[in-house]
Amino acid sequence: MTDQAFRVRQHIVRMSGGGGCFIGASLSCADLVVYLYERVLDISPTTVTSRDRDYFFLSKGHDVPALYGALAERGYIDSARLDHHLQPGDNIYWHPSRAIPGVEFHSGSLGHLLSVSIGVAMGIRLDGGPGRAFVVLGDGELDEGSVWEGALVAGAKRLENLVVIVDRNEFQANIETESLIPLEPLADKWRAFGFGVVEVNGHDFADIERGFSILPLVAGHPTVVIARTVRGKGLPSIERRADRWFARFTEEEVNALLAELAGTARANLTSETLVVR
Amino acid sequence: MSAATYEDVLLAAAKSDPRIVVMTAENRAAIRGLPPLLGDRFIDVGICEQTMIGAATGLALRGRIPVVHALATFLVMRAFEFIRTDVGILGLPVKLVGAVPGFLSDGNGPTHQAIEDVSLMRGIPGMHVVCPSDERELVEALPAVLASPHPTYLRFNASPCRVEHHKPFALGQSELILDGQAVMLLGYGLLVPELVVAAQELRSAGIDAGVLNLRTLVPFDEAAVLKHAASARLLVTVEDHFKVGGLFSIVAELCLREHVSPHVLPLALDRWFRPALLPDVLRTEGFTGPAIAARVRDALATKKLHA
Repeated sequence: MTDQAFRVRQHIVRMSGGGGCFIGASLSCADLVVYLYERVLDISPTTVTSRDRDYFFLSKGHDVPALYGALAERGYIDSARLDHHLQPGDNIYWHPSRAIPGVEFHSGSLGHLLSVSIGVAMGIRLDGGPGRAFVVLGDGELDEGSVWEGALVAGAKRLENLVVIVDRNEFQANIETESLIPLEPLADKWRAFGFGVVEVNGHDFADIERGFSILPLVAGHPTVVIARTVRGKGLPSIERRADRWFARFTEEEVNALLAELAGTARANLTSETLVVR
Repeated sequence: MSAATYEDVLLAAAKSDPRIVVMTAENRAAIRGLPPLLGDRFIDVGICEQTMIGAATGLALRGRIPVVHALATFLVMRAFEFIRTDVGILGLPVKLVGAVPGFLSDGNGPTHQAIEDVSLMRGIPGMHVVCPSDERELVEALPAVLASPHPTYLRFNASPCRVEHHKPFALGQSELILDGQAVMLLGYGLLVPELVVAAQELRSAGIDAGVLNLRTLVPFDEAAVLKHAASARLLVTVEDHFKVGGLFSIVAELCLREHVSPHVLPLALDRWFRPALLPDVLRTEGFTGPAIAARVRDALATKKLHA
């Protein structure tokens, strides 16, 4: 899995060239996405339309390079297709497209997919199916009121086949969450809404495993896994940098970052930082 | 035996089609009896319109046909972006039932006045907009709405039937209630009976007036409207909706596209209406049959049209 996560990060870094991508948030959830596909989700390239599959939703859609990287590594799409990033003829752009095999739903507008995954979880329950709905939310996304509306409903409806993963990288777009709209005590908030709560280190596979080892964590309740992560994880040059939310790097910078990822050099980044995208 | 209600028809449809799921954001007025009869297929999410639309989307992804209920104003405005982004982009068959639209919100005040609902919903590609004029049309429309693969906004109106309908309901087909060579009154929803009263008054005054009940605004019965645009001296669009984006806009867009330029009198709202009980709203806002007739006569005089 470590190797796979490394390759997913390479894909993410490559997508930060050309037209760029939301690199920081993609790197923070990369290990989680890799782990979920490897160990948790009951889904494969041949079962993407199976009624009994697990559903995986990326609600903070701007981290889609992590998902596309994982889908490429697992054979849902050809890795070469990632070179089509932002090319008009394909559907690989800054937010997820359902035209890409393995993508359950489009996202990009924050605060939508908790409720969509609630509907899927309800639908699975109506069918008596075995599947579960997993949804990744960003911590900045938790500012959206619809998230808490959904949390209230998921708790009330006792959706034990729903698993929320919070990518707690401690950043909004450009500002640290705790300095703008503080979220702590975050575990208590979810607990109060009726969720079973577990907190993990989102970059330590053994610890991530602990988070997903018992699902539902509390019988009769939805589960939330709060994953403590680092925005930009894997690239010291951009880790925890408020100004490296969205990045558009030159070819030289991409190569330098790939070397930095491999631990052979430190990149010297001169590209303009884009504060708003 | 009394005629079938909306609830009866929805229940019958849900019993014969297991895909149908009835949802509400704690607005049960029209579906009060359904919870014990539908069991798990009745889902009340509480006062959470956004979550209701998101959850309806998820249920639709699982192959269900969610029929969601909320007050029209909160459904189409509070949850607009969810409708547009979750339901609209994929064109999922979610059926949006908006209660007390237009003048039907009578005494509630402007917070509850859904008078931009048609404009918002028809702005979403693929979204059907169905506007029954009374309970009979409502219950006739419902099976067609449920059978359609389109997302649909149903402007709920279960007013008692005051007009004799002679044509079965079909999506995209209007009903010519009265033919008229001089003036054609075009309308939808609860004002249709007032149009019939207005046309009769005009006829008594020697003006050959007719009434076209549009029934659905998307799809729109373009052929019928173009026919009357070519023959009538005056078209009158009448709606309990803002002038922007509703029937007047639809007719204007159609006529411009087809290079026809009829005289058109739009009777619609330019501002929120003064809250009162419905009969008083119709009177104070000038939408009773006699008031409509008077406004038409004024327009004929002002435009120097000899009807």
